[in-house]
Amino acid sequence: MTADAKKAAPAPSSLRLVLTLAIAGLVSGIAIIGIYESTLPTITANKARELREAVFKVLPGVSRMQALVYRDGALVAAEKPGKDEPVVYGGYDVQSKFIGYAMPGAGPGFQDTIALLYGYTPDQKLVVGMEILESRETPGLGDKIYKDAVFVGGFSALSVEPEIVVVKKGTKSQPNEIDAITGATISSKAVVRIINETHTAWSERLPPAGSEPPFVPTESAGKAESGASK
Amino acid sequence: MKKNESYEEFIKGIWRDNPVFAQVLGMCPMLAVTNSAVNAIAMGGATFFVLVGSSFLVSSFRNWIPKQVRISCFIIIIATFVTIADYTLLALVPKVHKELGAFIPLIVANCLILGRQEAFASRYPTRLAVMDALGMATGFLIALFSLGAVREILGDGALFGVKLFSENFDPWIIMILPPGGFLTLGVILLFFNWFKFKKDEFLEQVADAERSGS
Repeated sequence: MTADAKKAAPAPSSLRLVLTLAIAGLVSGIAIIGIYESTLPTITANKARELREAVFKVLPGVSRMQALVYRDGALVAAEKPGKDEPVVYGGYDVQSKFIGYAMPGAGPGFQDTIALLYGYTPDQKLVVGMEILESRETPGLGDKIYKDAVFVGGFSALSVEPEIVVVKKGTKSQPNEIDAITGATISSKAVVRIINETHTAWSERLPPAGSEPPFVPTESAGKAESGASK
Repeated sequence: MKKNESYEEFIKGIWRDNPVFAQVLGMCPMLAVTNSAVNAIAMGGATFFVLVGSSFLVSSFRNWIPKQVRISCFIIIIATFVTIADYTLLALVPKVHKELGAFIPLIVANCLILGRQEAFASRYPTRLAVMDALGMATGFLIALFSLGAVREILGDGALFGVKLFSENFDPWIIMILPPGGFLTLGVILLFFNWFKFKKDEFLEQVADAERSGS
């Protein structure tokens, strides 16, 4: 009935059509800005907490962390790294003694980009932990790169020099070898390739073992510490 | 009488005109994110919010929206609700949001939602439109959940992440992969159609009996 009534009415002017859409767009824009502004603090806090938890996970014994960037030929602490600047995280114990780096890396997996974080101790040249931050690998198969405790545990003491090699399950014999996941060979290889590439990219920039940048206490670092003790 | 009318609008979406099983709408999220019960419920919840919110607004403004630009207006309204749902999920349950990924923004393109605006909300009073949206959204949620639960139980041996079987159970991994979605949906649709067929047959028998009896 309403449709008939509308058909009978003269066509509305273009101005009215434009105005209707403009008002709809304006109201919608305001609503979106509102929801973006009100959820942004929670979202940023969630992301920061996830990263902090991941750093503490991949570097056992760490209770303080700071972001490090490579500027003018040296690795320096940066409280707010630039947006596109590559960052590694330095992990320190309670006495601010350096323990290791948490290195973020990313690369193509079986389906989409895999982003991960691994812990690296320069004095022993060992990978001491690995955590997948982002992945859309096949559920039930490729997602074992973070669900399979044996595979993830394999990164707790893994030599990166010479580079890590993926071997068939159960045939690991060298300190730089890791067992592939049965049914997820491509995903396991992708993880190892990302770590190898990240390691090569950073190995020139990291200072010699023993001369790592000291811990600079800042407000945000203090927060990270309290987060760790919780 | 009035009460019955809104009850009828609500209940039809759950069973007789169920958006998935009877109308076969919204197949994209239906097949893509039902690999676990939690994902299915999050998706169903987000769609519920968007559908009810959009139906309410579209129906309230149905006399102000010129016919020529109605689809654009519906899409603006739907997209706003989807963005709100997207950010809310990202802030409250980042883990679930990660799993659902691109499928939350894609609710905008869910034909179920636009279909209800065009076919119902833009023609009926607000109260009926909201009842219709509530019914359709509940029907969609039930459909998503039944698919998600079946696939998680068979494909992972768990429901809501709680293991249901002993270690001897070998999960059918195919059920949580894309083919599992098609298989499960096919079997459920088969059951639904069989039930409808049986019901029609039964009603016919009753009619026959009445005719011969009288």
